Amino acid sequence: MQGYNFAYLDEQTKRMIRRAVLKAVAIPGHQVPFASREMPLPYGWGTGGIQLTAALIGPDDVLKVIDQGADDTTNAVSIRSFFARVAGVRTTTRTTEASLIQTRHRIPETPLRADQIIIYQVPMPDPLYRLEPSRPVARRLHAMVDYGAMHVKLYEDITRFGRVAVSYDHPVMVNQRYLMSPSPIPAFDNPKLHRSPALQLFGAGREKRIYAVPPFTSVVSLDFEDHEFNPQRAPQTCALCGSTTSYLDEMVIDDQGGRMFACSDTDFCEQQRQAQHDHAA
Amino acid sequence: MITLLEAHALHHRFGRTAALDDVSLTLRRHEILAIVGESGSGKTTLLNALSGRLTPQRGDILYDDGGGPRALASCGEVVLRKLQRARWGYIAQDPRSALRLDISAGGNIGERLMASGARHYGDIRAIATHWLEAVEIDPARLDDLPRYFSGGMLQRLQIAATLVTAPELVFMDEPTGGLDVSVQARILDLIRSLVRRLGLAVVLVTHDIGVARLLADRLIVMRHGRIVESGLTDQVLDDPHDEYTQLLVASVLPA
Repeated sequence: MQGYNFAYLDEQTKRMIRRAVLKAVAIPGHQVPFASREMPLPYGWGTGGIQLTAALIGPDDVLKVIDQGADDTTNAVSIRSFFARVAGVRTTTRTTEASLIQTRHRIPETPLRADQIIIYQVPMPDPLYRLEPSRPVARRLHAMVDYGAMHVKLYEDITRFGRVAVSYDHPVMVNQRYLMSPSPIPAFDNPKLHRSPALQLFGAGREKRIYAVPPFTSVVSLDFEDHEFNPQRAPQTCALCGSTTSYLDEMVIDDQGGRMFACSDTDFCEQQRQAQHDHAA
Repeated sequence: MITLLEAHALHHRFGRTAALDDVSLTLRRHEILAIVGESGSGKTTLLNALSGRLTPQRGDILYDDGGGPRALASCGEVVLRKLQRARWGYIAQDPRSALRLDISAGGNIGERLMASGARHYGDIRAIATHWLEAVEIDPARLDDLPRYFSGGMLQRLQIAATLVTAPELVFMDEPTGGLDVSVQARILDLIRSLVRRLGLAVVLVTHDIGVARLLADRLIVMRHGRIVESGLTDQVLDDPHDEYTQLLVASVLPA
């Protein structure tokens, strides 16, 4: 495309972002500041993720974009077509075909491989932000590994609700050192972060932070010995593919209170149905 | 007696005011040391310096954690924070600033435990319940929010939340300052019995001679950032040598 540099961002900016990525990979879970640029989409729509993608994508990459598990929602379609235009790369909806996956709120059900990179869009990178309003103080807490307050919050949840009340963005310890927000993925997806063969990068555009979980790094969800981390999944089967293991979305389908449960990962659901079809044929 | 905390020739100025002027002292294990003096005499500055909350402009503070005396200034912030989090305690005059008012009493008591690595919910609750009883709060209030507690109860909760990690050294800044007289007496009673039972060393800042007489083994009298008199509590209060101490003792209203 004329008038734009390859993948929209100028080369200086890409270099700056790559330097932040290198630093983030070297210190797993640590939030590295970077000079976040204005992007042609609003804050909160994935400006952090899209800058990481732009800095890393090459002409041979195949890009997949996930929005809440789906490939066909506005955000996913727009970002995919954005990179198809400004970088001319191939895009896909298949997890197994992608070399670069930008995601919001989900990790694909299909296990990732070592030759893939997954990029998370992050609204609030600091897991302590609801507990400690001052940024400088929060950074000191990270430096001192002073995470008692986070456990006080979990204690309080169990005391009031009988269980940890956050069902998404459940805080994790990375490499036994840094407390990290896994971005607003469901707690159900947290175990997939642990020792994943793929490089995992996190970008927060508005908050101007990049952090990373390198391949095969330990990622442990916070819990108590006698109240172990116990992610929730709706106890239904997918109405489309019949999966009993994938993470489900609940949809209201009429005004009589009718509800339907379906896989949130649309690619996984499609592959399941395809397999069943092939099997029947 | 083993020295626990030692200060050598501390100096600290705020602008032109000398808050600490050549202050030296030693605190032994299991000893209660009171710092008395009028407002602005530098006693809170001294407490902040001793507890690592303020770095004095000159002078050394040595702490002996069992492996010989070490200068606080040289041990680094990480070690200092660890000390403050578990082996030391700090009881502030206003419990509202020290406690989390939107977290239950149990969570407040459990915070220092969790910060030092406790990860068993049931155990944390059992310990918190035990400590509520120890400070004479009804254990049924374990899950209540401190914002519905009275001033005296809040101060008792702060004491429980501080002592839960079994510290060896506790700093107290006017622990009965904002309380009415009858509540004051009960809190003092509680502090006295807990401190003796647990064998704590305490540095206590107060402007109330009565509190110092009741709790302290030794006494330091400060004025204009200098120590004007020090010695055993009864000795200093019954036979004050310095002119200012005489004035201070004489100005106590007869009970």
